[in-house]
Amino acid sequence: MTYIPISPNERDAMLNTVGVKSLDDLFDAIPQKHRFPELDLPPALTEMEAAALLNDMATTNENVREHLISFLGAGAYNHYIPAVVDHMLRRGEFYSAYTPYQPEISQGTLQAIFEYQSLMTNLTGMDVSNASHYDGATATAEAVNLAFAQFRGKRKKIVMSPTVHPQYREVVRTYSQGMGLEEAGDDATADLEVGPEALMSLVDESTMLVVVQYPDFFGRIHDYTKLIEDAHTKGALVCVVANPTALLMLKTPADMGADIVVGEAQPFGIPLWYGGPYLGFFTTKKSYVHKMAGRLIGETVDNRGQRAYVLTLTSREQHIKRERATSNICSNQGLLALASAVYMSTLGKTGLQQVANLCYQKAHYAASELSKIDGFGLCFTEPFFHEFVLCCPKPASEVNDYLLDHGILGGYDLGNDYPALKNHILMAFTEMNSKQEIDTLIEVLKEME
Amino acid sequence: MATIVEPTIFELSSPGRLGVTMPASDVPETALPPRNLLRSELPLPELAEVDVVRHYMRLSKFNYSVDDGFYPLGSCTMKYNPKINEDTCRLPGFLYTHPLQPIETVQGNLVLMFDLQEWLKEISGFTGVTLQPAAGAHGEFTGVLMMAAYHKSRGDSKRTKMLIPDAAHGTNPASAGMLGMSVVTIPSDARGNVDLKALAAACDDTVVGMMLTNPNTLGMFDENIEEVIKMVKDCGGLMYGDGANLNALLGIVRPGDLGFDVMHFNLHKTFAVPHGGGGPGSGPVGVSDRLLDFLPSPLVGIVEGGDDDIPPLYGFVTPKQSIGRMKAFHGHFGGGLVRAYTYISMHGPDGLKAISQFAVLNANYLQARLRSTYKIPYDRICMHEFVAEGSFEGSDVRALDIAKRLMDYNFHPPTNYFPLIVHEALMIEPTETENKDTLDRFADALIKIAEEAKSQPELLHNAPHITPFGRMDEVKAARELVLCCWLPENYETMK
Repeated sequence: MTYIPISPNERDAMLNTVGVKSLDDLFDAIPQKHRFPELDLPPALTEMEAAALLNDMATTNENVREHLISFLGAGAYNHYIPAVVDHMLRRGEFYSAYTPYQPEISQGTLQAIFEYQSLMTNLTGMDVSNASHYDGATATAEAVNLAFAQFRGKRKKIVMSPTVHPQYREVVRTYSQGMGLEEAGDDATADLEVGPEALMSLVDESTMLVVVQYPDFFGRIHDYTKLIEDAHTKGALVCVVANPTALLMLKTPADMGADIVVGEAQPFGIPLWYGGPYLGFFTTKKSYVHKMAGRLIGETVDNRGQRAYVLTLTSREQHIKRERATSNICSNQGLLALASAVYMSTLGKTGLQQVANLCYQKAHYAASELSKIDGFGLCFTEPFFHEFVLCCPKPASEVNDYLLDHGILGGYDLGNDYPALKNHILMAFTEMNSKQEIDTLIEVLKEME
Repeated sequence: MATIVEPTIFELSSPGRLGVTMPASDVPETALPPRNLLRSELPLPELAEVDVVRHYMRLSKFNYSVDDGFYPLGSCTMKYNPKINEDTCRLPGFLYTHPLQPIETVQGNLVLMFDLQEWLKEISGFTGVTLQPAAGAHGEFTGVLMMAAYHKSRGDSKRTKMLIPDAAHGTNPASAGMLGMSVVTIPSDARGNVDLKALAAACDDTVVGMMLTNPNTLGMFDENIEEVIKMVKDCGGLMYGDGANLNALLGIVRPGDLGFDVMHFNLHKTFAVPHGGGGPGSGPVGVSDRLLDFLPSPLVGIVEGGDDDIPPLYGFVTPKQSIGRMKAFHGHFGGGLVRAYTYISMHGPDGLKAISQFAVLNANYLQARLRSTYKIPYDRICMHEFVAEGSFEGSDVRALDIAKRLMDYNFHPPTNYFPLIVHEALMIEPTETENKDTLDRFADALIKIAEEAKSQPELLHNAPHITPFGRMDEVKAARELVLCCWLPENYETMK
């Protein structure tokens, strides 16, 4: 299959205009001994053959809509996506456009992302949102960069709660390995029962940033108001990594005094897609806008007096500031920001509140029924949103294997990351889990030997 | 007051209007958390589904896209995005698999990722590939982290200097800057190659390596590439290749064969993954033997060998001295990897070579057609793109004016004011998916615009004229910093 729309006659005419005899003559600058390698790749397929091949590969998987009942979350959630979302995403005008560098012919993208920024600030309660980041983990790492820039490198300590998503903590460590930072709190063997205020024992005058998750990785809802107040008295900034679905119901991080609120907006209209692409959101206070990484859309007018939108504060970005830029980010998650904006608009305030309430209700029904089974129980007593830690009578990996034999994708095996939690599973519930599915889970677990 | 062409979704909102609603709860009700943990209000829009559809349909029509027409944005490789890729990446088996599922349940995904790693290795001549990076700049950061880790593992701690040509993409210095390296800019010579004298002067035992875009942003393949690489390696440095311009090299030359140690791919450029109005991209990174152990974790590998009857079991492996994880989960699987896999599988070795041959032919054809009208400061056979000067003697017309006027001819403008080393640069990359008629119409338009620049310069200064929006007041945007909107103040009582 080829997508090259040039006939042999046209090719020859063009070669003639260029002044060379053959296509190969265009490549004389390439060192001869390495020119035109034979690539050992499978022969080309037609569209029909490729469609069949990819369909075969896709159907080899067991998916959470057709094969498995899923209670797996841990940073990626199986939510219902209204049909409208993908219909809008499939508009070539949106998906086959580039970054809106030419605002006169990019107002569709620009206004849509401006609205996305607005939806995120209204959701988090913060002042400003960027146009998106790669994912929740990299957005968290960029929060560290913001804090580092804010203190001009004079403060070098970050305090990260062990109840921040393990992969997010890993990404922060990767990102910061050249920065000479001191990292405290990121310890999977720490006491996980203590409240968030315990982190304050690690916060001092050299701390630039405290990072907590909301609800935390175990699903627990903490009010971070006191922690944030105390961290501020030491001069540190606080970043809250938040789940957007939970924010539909819960007190906003802004109301707790957070300086930066980031997170993963995959739950808002983006399929599980085996982990990506997802959508990192990044919101902060107006006073930090010049230190924030990523693109920003601002409102203006055109020379015809029409309200319009442009990329703004571009002087922070890599193509102007080069090695002094706040970040090297260029491509972001534009189309997925559009997906989440369409998702939020289509469900609207009422539909979104229904989603949050269903997640909460299903999780609490499941928790109450699961804790009635002999040997099982809830690990923590704090309020939770749509995830909780289930304590099992045997290793989580064995329980999950048993569930999988019954067509159930169990929760996340916390023993992978926390040595003390070998018998613990992080269970997630959304509006997609019917009572019948939950009851099946209960019945199957009751019969486990 | 500015005229509102399309209200925002907040302005379109009406109290009590319903869109898509959810089923009633089917479980016994649990009380909500204590009041002090709940939010007091949720100030989000309320619209009907039809309101939403019409709003986004109207917005979409304000965009110019590859599906609308020619989009010769230099270094961005705005090629046609095949429709089949939109279908394959949405197969239910891909859409509805969770990134933390047991590997036994997602062998289809893992085979696809394993094959794609192998294919990208074969195409580029590298020995290892990670699919994790989310975009080109993210891949660059990955590469620079590996370069730093390599020197550190050898106890070579005095290397802090990254050599970067003046024709490099802005992301290159920014990536090096993220690790606190000092950037040494290497000038280009009169033929658009790296200036060898300047390079020799900069090469010493403090060099981390060099980040080279080849073909560079002038569209020139460096005629001394082997010497450049040898000089960097002789002083103990590593060679980074910016793969943004790989569309010129498929089946033409493999960067790994030339001696590059590390390179990022832009699947959203070379392998037809759509740009999505700014993303998502996908930026896998290939490495030579020297950097193999430093790749991010995890990679996809065979964790249990197979035999004639049983296929091997694919899973995740961690390189020995891995720099760690670059993002959560496994890279841009659905949006990036599945589309690129589909695209490569439909091309094969000859098809890939044809892509680069015609990308280069199209660029040279346009260059030949424009040569007598526009100054081409580095005028030789170019690769997939070339740079012209957007200004004329005795005229105050600038590259920006030409770019805006092109919109009136229904073309997307080329990249302008980049690379910085060309005065009033117009950087033109046609890609291989344009036919001769389109290229001719584009060349004709640029030639006509050059005439207009002489006869009616105001036509250019005020362009565009036929687009739904005119030139923007960018100063106002930066000064007033209106970065979001809200529901109207009297929202609850307004309707």
